[in-house]
Amino acid sequence: MNTDSLGFIFLSSLLINNFVLSYFLGICPFLGVSGKLGRALKMGFAVTFVMLISSLSATLIHSLLVWLDALFLQLIAFILVIASVVQLVEMVIKKYSRALFESLGIFLPLITTNCAILGVALFQTAREYNLLQSLIFALGAGLGFTLALLIMAGLREQLGLAKVPNLIQGTALTLLVAGILSMSFMGFAGLGG
Amino acid sequence: MEKEAPSLDLILKGLWKENPVFVQLLGMCPLLAVSNSVKNALSMGLATTFVLVFSAALVSLLKRLIPKEVRMGCYILIIASFVTIAEYVMQAISLEIHRSLGAFTSLIVVNCIILGQAESFSSKHKLLPSVAHALGRGAGFSLAILCMGIIREVVGKGSFFEIPLFGEQYQAWTLLILPSGGFFVLALLLMLYETFSKESG
Repeated sequence: MNTDSLGFIFLSSLLINNFVLSYFLGICPFLGVSGKLGRALKMGFAVTFVMLISSLSATLIHSLLVWLDALFLQLIAFILVIASVVQLVEMVIKKYSRALFESLGIFLPLITTNCAILGVALFQTAREYNLLQSLIFALGAGLGFTLALLIMAGLREQLGLAKVPNLIQGTALTLLVAGILSMSFMGFAGLGG
Repeated sequence: MEKEAPSLDLILKGLWKENPVFVQLLGMCPLLAVSNSVKNALSMGLATTFVLVFSAALVSLLKRLIPKEVRMGCYILIIASFVTIAEYVMQAISLEIHRSLGAFTSLIVVNCIILGQAESFSSKHKLLPSVAHALGRGAGFSLAILCMGIIREVVGKGSFFEIPLFGEQYQAWTLLILPSGGFFVLALLLMLYETFSKESG
């Protein structure tokens, strides 16, 4: 399959190179928030939404910086814009949809420090994707993040009922589960052909 | 750097007792992502410590000038500037390391250890204690990522700093240098830390 085709980019960021399980981006919410299925789903959608918007703005910034010949400012510009976009999105949602705002709650501001968002911006620039490819990449990455979060939340709901030795309770157990999950996602590597 | 008792104490605290990785579970992303070889782990540890120390110093010098309302933005700007410096320096020293770390050098910006340091310590303390505290936490992070790197490279590839250790018959446990290995090794280290810190205290 052509590595630049839209389908491949989507599939690759969704499954093969899942952001959480093979690039380790967005581990903090993955370990911290993924206790309940409903919350995980909301968090996932919020991240996907912000990813799409910041991917769009990152593409624009990148072309602006190339035009200005000021690429050394790239990182600073990205992080500033992402932080302000998150803030803007928060304000817009608050104004137009109170219910959505309340259900997302604390997750929105926390997204700024989610490395997956900055990761999308940096990866799409490094791979020289065009606007459409970047958006598809961001969508795949966001949905992949949601998928990983959902699987993890489901597993942890079940694990809450199981008896485990004291030593591995808590984070260590979550990490072990994540490791096994990551191993099973390796199976998707064959999809790339 | 500082050899006075209180500063040294701050450094040691960050290294073990309040280790940012094992106790507070911060900075997980780079820790898992670039610890697949000792070389990567060492460069990541050094780069993070560099950014941590210098941003802590600058934040503590500027703490009176930064308005409270926009402090987060200012901290992120300061951190991003030092990360950019670190990235260019790394590129100048070794292009190979820069390539193998890839986007993760830039991602130091969102390492929660650094922002946490700026927000909860440097913005309230003088220059010397901030630098000492940052140095300790940087050393603590480097210790953790080096442990991961050593275990993953020695067992997963049978080499140390790319020097083969065990001869040709050694069947490398490749799983450990793959992504899932990162999770397993970190889980193991957390359990070890738990056991040791229970025994000592």
